[in-house]
Amino acid sequence: MSPDSRIDSEKMDTIIGNLLRTGVGLAAALVFTGGLIYLFRHGTEAPGYAVFRGEPADLRTLTGILYDVQSLRGRGIIQLGLLVLIATPIARVAFLAYIFLRQRDMLYTAVALIVLTLLAFSLFGQ
Amino acid sequence: MSILEFTAVVAAGSFFAGFLGAITGLGGGVVIVPLLTIALGVDIRYAIGASLVSVIATSSGAAAAYVKEGFTNVRIGSFLEIATSTGALAGAYLATRLPVAAIGIIFGIVLLYSAYHALRPLPNLSNSNQPPDRWGTLLKLHGTYPSEHGTVSYSVRAVPLGVSLMAVAGVLSGLLGIGSGAVKVIAMDQAMRIPFKVSTTTSNFMIGVTAAASAGIYLRRGYVDPGLAMPVMLGVASGSILGARFLTRAGTPLLRKIFSAAISILALEMIYNSLAGRL
Repeated sequence: MSPDSRIDSEKMDTIIGNLLRTGVGLAAALVFTGGLIYLFRHGTEAPGYAVFRGEPADLRTLTGILYDVQSLRGRGIIQLGLLVLIATPIARVAFLAYIFLRQRDMLYTAVALIVLTLLAFSLFGQ
Repeated sequence: MSILEFTAVVAAGSFFAGFLGAITGLGGGVVIVPLLTIALGVDIRYAIGASLVSVIATSSGAAAAYVKEGFTNVRIGSFLEIATSTGALAGAYLATRLPVAAIGIIFGIVLLYSAYHALRPLPNLSNSNQPPDRWGTLLKLHGTYPSEHGTVSYSVRAVPLGVSLMAVAGVLSGLLGIGSGAVKVIAMDQAMRIPFKVSTTTSNFMIGVTAAASAGIYLRRGYVDPGLAMPVMLGVASGSILGARFLTRAGTPLLRKIFSAAISILALEMIYNSLAGRL
């Protein structure tokens, strides 16, 4: 391994570490803020988790969640935080794909892109 | 019980689960789902959805710290993520089709195995004098890690077996909303003969991606309830951050025994409730 690629790999580790920490931190802040609003408005009501009904449509799609966030709904803000959380490891895979490509490592660029496709299927597939 | 009280109880329980999960190395997911379903009567689908997002938070938070230590093998992780993500997608689809009782029984069996796994230390399989695997060389999986005696290099073997076990880990993760860290470590440490510290950190590195692969499906199917996921995610994440601080000084064989016993009881209750149609 050349000295240059070693520095590159250390820098890569630092960027990945910061990326993951920022994602989780942002997600936690959103979930916490949304949680405060939700508890302030609905704290005295009764919880209803014994029977599974499934979430309403607005909490299941990105556009619905963003609409709820604009109207400052607590549950919508929490859900946005959870979306940021899910996006964090996905962003990490995308960043690795870019790094592998820059290292001209075509095998692992392909590997990272396959993983990315699987993750995209989870978020947007049928 | 009001939502405020319920949230406080769930947050405290999740904090405790995250703390114990980090100390024993089993992760918070295996405790949080039985806690929510058995103790608080939450439907298992909501419980799994909430657990899954907490798994992403814990593993990503821990990976951020681990990756700088130089043990994580990014190539092994990326390659095996193909298997775990495919498995996780399959597991999440399975979860929407299997009856709730079947999921409960599978969860109970996995819990029993986790309890057994926590008590029995894995045999130390050294890989120093065996030839590297053809696949490992072809896929450039061999790596190095830092130690007191300088850089140690290692090779990887039994790649096809490792990939198969990783797919199983992915299915369990997607079906049950857990990190499946135990199965991942077995695949890497025992099958592929990757050094233990590399196996655990690389396993953790992959858990977030594996969980994200099924979390998208869970979210779109309406299994992720923000009111429930909020205390679970914040509780488990903060508990495991604190637990990881204790990790270094606690050898804790006694704690592992107590934890295993508690998990076994939860497992049997989960199986019984599933058979009795009360889950």
